Amino acid sequence: MTLRRDVEALRAIPLFAKVEPARLKLLAFTSEHVDFEPGEVICRQGEPGDAAYILLEGTADVLVETPEGRVKVASLGKNDIVGEIAILCGVPRTATVVATSRVHTLKIDKDGFLNLVTQFPHVAVEVMQELAARLHHTTQRLTEISLQIDTKKTTRE
Amino acid sequence: MEPSIFRFILKYSWRQQLLILALTILSFPPLYYSLELPKLIINKALGDPDGPWILFGWDVERTRYLFALCGLFLLLVLIGGLLKYVLNVYAGIVAERMLRRLRYQLYEHVLRFPLSHFRKVSQGELVQMINAETEALGGFVGDAIAVPAFQGGTLLTILVFVFVQDPILGLAAIVLYPVQIYLIPKLQRQVNELAKQRVRQVRRNAERIGETCSTIREIHAHGTARYELARFSEQLGTIFWIRFAIYKKKFMIKFLNNFIAQLGPFLFFSIGGYLVIRGDITLGSLVAVVAAHKDLSAPWRELLTYYQTLYDVRVKYEQTVSQFLPPNLQPVERVVGEAERIPSFSGAVLKVTDLGLKDDSGEHALEGIDLEIALPAHVALVGPAGSGREELTLVLAGLVTPSGGKVTIDGVVLHDLPEPSLARKLAYVSNQPTLLTGTLADNLLYGLKQRPVAPPPGAEASRARRLRERREALASGNSADEADAEWVDWEAVGLRSPQERLSAMIRVLRAVALAEDVYAFGLRGVLPPGREELASLLLEARRAMRERLASDERLARLVEPFDPDRYNTNATVAENLLFGRPLGNVFDLEHLPSHPHVRSVLAELGLVDDLMRVGYRLAETMVELFSDLPRDHEYYRRFAFIAPEDLPEFKRILGRASIDRLQRLKPNERERLLELPFKLVVARHRLGLVDETLQARILRARRRFRQTLPPGLVGAVAFFDPERYNPAASVQENVLFGKIAYGQPQAHQKVAAVLAEVLEERGLVDVVIEIGLHAECGVGGSRLSLPQRQKLAIARELFRRPEILVLHEATAVLDAAERETVRTAILRAMRGRSVIWSLEDPSAAHLFDRVVVLERGRVVAQGTFGEVAKRASAATALEAAG
Repeated sequence: MTLRRDVEALRAIPLFAKVEPARLKLLAFTSEHVDFEPGEVICRQGEPGDAAYILLEGTADVLVETPEGRVKVASLGKNDIVGEIAILCGVPRTATVVATSRVHTLKIDKDGFLNLVTQFPHVAVEVMQELAARLHHTTQRLTEISLQIDTKKTTRE
Repeated sequence: MEPSIFRFILKYSWRQQLLILALTILSFPPLYYSLELPKLIINKALGDPDGPWILFGWDVERTRYLFALCGLFLLLVLIGGLLKYVLNVYAGIVAERMLRRLRYQLYEHVLRFPLSHFRKVSQGELVQMINAETEALGGFVGDAIAVPAFQGGTLLTILVFVFVQDPILGLAAIVLYPVQIYLIPKLQRQVNELAKQRVRQVRRNAERIGETCSTIREIHAHGTARYELARFSEQLGTIFWIRFAIYKKKFMIKFLNNFIAQLGPFLFFSIGGYLVIRGDITLGSLVAVVAAHKDLSAPWRELLTYYQTLYDVRVKYEQTVSQFLPPNLQPVERVVGEAERIPSFSGAVLKVTDLGLKDDSGEHALEGIDLEIALPAHVALVGPAGSGREELTLVLAGLVTPSGGKVTIDGVVLHDLPEPSLARKLAYVSNQPTLLTGTLADNLLYGLKQRPVAPPPGAEASRARRLRERREALASGNSADEADAEWVDWEAVGLRSPQERLSAMIRVLRAVALAEDVYAFGLRGVLPPGREELASLLLEARRAMRERLASDERLARLVEPFDPDRYNTNATVAENLLFGRPLGNVFDLEHLPSHPHVRSVLAELGLVDDLMRVGYRLAETMVELFSDLPRDHEYYRRFAFIAPEDLPEFKRILGRASIDRLQRLKPNERERLLELPFKLVVARHRLGLVDETLQARILRARRRFRQTLPPGLVGAVAFFDPERYNPAASVQENVLFGKIAYGQPQAHQKVAAVLAEVLEERGLVDVVIEIGLHAECGVGGSRLSLPQRQKLAIARELFRRPEILVLHEATAVLDAAERETVRTAILRAMRGRSVIWSLEDPSAAHLFDRVVVLERGRVVAQGTFGEVAKRASAATALEAAG
C-alpha cells in the first residue's frame, strides 16, 4: 500500500473530498497503517480517544454499551471514518468498534487531525459542514422519535 | 585566606620566587655578552685589518678569529635562549601551581559556606570568579618578583651610566619621572575603578546566563525570550560603555607616557645642546646619553606596565577573596574532618534546648524550642506551611546552625560533629532533592562516599603516575585523595559480596517504587563494562522470546525479526545495510553513505545512482509536503527527512537537475541526496520508493559490506547475529532481536508485556534492573521525572541505613497511591531506628510514635497522636464555644 493509494482512499471520503491533494498527502504521510483481525477492538467505549481510523478495507460493527448489554447501532465499511468525535471534542469514545472481518485502517492521530483542521480553514469548514449535517440528521431522527413517542402517548391516552 | 596577593605569593612561593630571581640574574651575563660580541666582530675582526687578533690569550689568524667569535656568539645566544626557556617554564609552573592553589582554596570555601549564603550569591558569579577572574592572578604570580627585579636593575644600571657621563644630563633624563609617577597612578586608579565595575558587570552576565539555563522552561512557556534578549542586550550595553570609558583613559595614559618619553630628547637637545655650544660637555657624551636614554625607556615602560598590572591584580584578588569570606564560614574540620567520638544514637536522648533560628531579615524562624526524644522514635512534625517545620528539620539534620540554643545527642552537640561523621549516622531528604550528573547507581551510592576506602583498580600498575599526581597536588596545597579510588564504603552498610550489594540496591529501589522505572531504563540500556557474562543469560531470553512469538501467530505479527538473509521492512535502509550497530564513531547511521567503505560497496553494486534517484524522489515528496508548513512545525521533528532550514537547499537542488541528469549536480549536492533514503523505513513511510528489487540489492550490499570490511574496521560494527549478543544494541533489541512492527494495534504494549513475562520466567528482571542502574540521570537528574528524582533521593538515604532519617515533605510530589506505599516502606525500613518527618499532610501523623505540633516557629503541642488530637479537638471546641 503506497502513499498514493492512501491519498486516493482519503479523497473518496466525503469529509476530505474537497481538500487539495497535497494536504491529503501530508495527512496520509503522517498517519499510520494499522491492521485489525476479525473480533479485535478498534476502539472501546469510555476510553480516551487519541486517534481516528479510516477503514481502507474490511468491515466493522459500532456497538454501544447499554445497561441491557451491547447494542449494535451501525456497521462500517470501506472509506468510513470512525473516532473523529472523540478527538474533536475530547470526550471519551462514544461507542465500541469491533472488526468483523480483516480490517485495514489508516490511523490519523489527534495532532494530525487537529493540525489539519486548525491550519487549513477550508478543512475546518468541511468538518463543520459534515458535523452539522450529522447533527441535522440526528435532530431529525430525534424529532421523528419524539413524535412517535408523543403519538404513542396520545393513542394510549 | 591571605588578605593580599603579595602575602599569598610570599607565603606559598617565596622559595620558588627566589629561584626565579636567581635564574633571571643568571640570564644577564649571556645577554650582555651577546650584545658585546657583535661590537667586537665589527671593530676587531672586520674593522681592524692589522690585528693582532687575540682570543683568550692566544694569537690567532684573522678568519679563524672571525669564525671563533661567530661561534661564540651562537653559543651565547643558545645559552641565553635556553636559560630563558627554563625560566619561562619554571615561572609558568609556579604560576600554575599558585592558580591551582587559589582555585582550590576558593572552591573549598564554597563547600564551607553556610547554607543561607547561597541565597545571596549566584552560581554564575561563583563560576566566573573561580574560573575566569583568577586566571589573571595566576599569570601575575610568575612575574611578581622577577619583573621588578630585572627591569628595575636594568633601569638602575643605565641611570648610573648616565649620571657618570654627566650629572646634569642624568637629572634631565629623570626629571620627568616624578611627573609620571604622580600623574599615571591617578589616571590608572580611574581605569581600575572602571575595570572593577566591568568585572562586576561580567559577573552579572554570568549570573544572567546561569539563570536563563535554569529557567529556560519558564522563558519558553511565557514567551518572554524577547524580554530576556532586551535585558541581556542592556547588560552588554553597560559593558560596552564601561569599556569605552576604559579605552579613552587607557589610551590617554599611553599618550602621556609616550609624550613624556619624547620630552626627554627635547630636553637633551635643548639643554645638552646649549651645554655643548658653551663647551661644558663634549658632543660624544651627549650622544651617549641620548642613546642611553633610549635604552632607558624600555625598562621604564615595563615597570609602569607592571605597576598597572600590580594595582589591577591587587584589587581583583581582594575583591575575589572578600566574596569568599562570608560570616559564619564553617571551619574546615567540620566539613572534611572526622570526630574522635561519634555518639551512640540508639538508646540515646536527642535533646533540643531553647533552640532559636533567625532568618536573613533577623526574624525568628524558630524560637524557644525544647524537645526531648528518647531514640529510637518515629516523630512527626506537623503544622501549617511556614510554621518552622522545614527549618527545624534542617537544624536537626545538622545542615543549618541555630542562632541560639543547641541540639545534643548523647550529650554531644550535633553541630560540633564533623559532617562526614554525622553523615554516617544521620540522613536527610528534602522535598527538592538534587541529583548528581552520573548514573542512577552513582546517585544511589553517593551517600557512602565520605572517604576513600581502597586504592583505584589497577593501582599498582599506575604507581608512578599516581605518585607524581599526588606530589603535584600537595605542591599546590590540594587534596591528595584520589577521585578514582574506591569511595563507596560498603562495609559501613555491611554488604560484602557483589551479589549482596546488588540485591540490596534492588530491594531499596523496590521499596520506593522505582524498580519498574529502572527496569525500563535497563531495557533501553547496553551491557555495562565488566558485566559481559550477563550476555549469555539474555541470549537464552532471546531464544525463549523467539519460541513465544512463534507459538502464537498474533504475537508473531508484532515483531519483525532480524534475519541475515531478509530485508527488515520495519528498519531503516541504513540499519538494513549495516545489519548491526556502530561501535565507536567510525560509522554513523545518520551519514552512512559518506563512509568510504560503504561508498565503495554501493559503487561496486551499482547502487549509488539508484539510491541517489530514490533520494531525489524523496526530496521531491518532502518539498511538496512540507514547504507550506511553518518552520517550527512539530511535523518536521516527527516526520520530515529534511530539517526546515535545509528545505530551501533541496528545493534548489531539485531545480538544478532533473532526475535523469543527476551527474550535473555538485558532489556535495549529490551527497545530500544520497543520504536521504538511508532514513527510510519501508513499512512506515509507504512511499513505494524502496521496492522488493531494491531491497534485494541492499541485502546483497549488506553481505558485501561485511565480507569486504577492512580488518581495521572490524571492531567498528557489532553485527546482528542470531546466536550472539550484540554489545552495541540495547537489552530490548537483543532479546526481541527484531523490530516492533508498524501497523499493529498496541504493538508496543503487547510486546512489552510478553518481554516482561519472558524475563520474569527466567529470573532476569533483576539483571535488567542492574543494567538500568547504569543509565545516566542527566545534568542534575534532568532525565528523570520529578517523582523519579524524589524516589531516588529517598532510596539514596535509605540505602545508607542511617540511625536517624530526617525528612521534609519527602513524598509530597508523589501521587496519592504511591505516597502511601513509599511512606509505609520508609517507616517499615526504619523500624527500630529513628525518623523525624515534617509532614505536609497531618493525616499521616497517626503512623508515628510521637507528634510535635509547630506554629509560628514554636512548639504548641506534643505527645502521642491520641494526646495531641484530643488537645486539638478540645482547643477547637473551646474556640467554637468562645
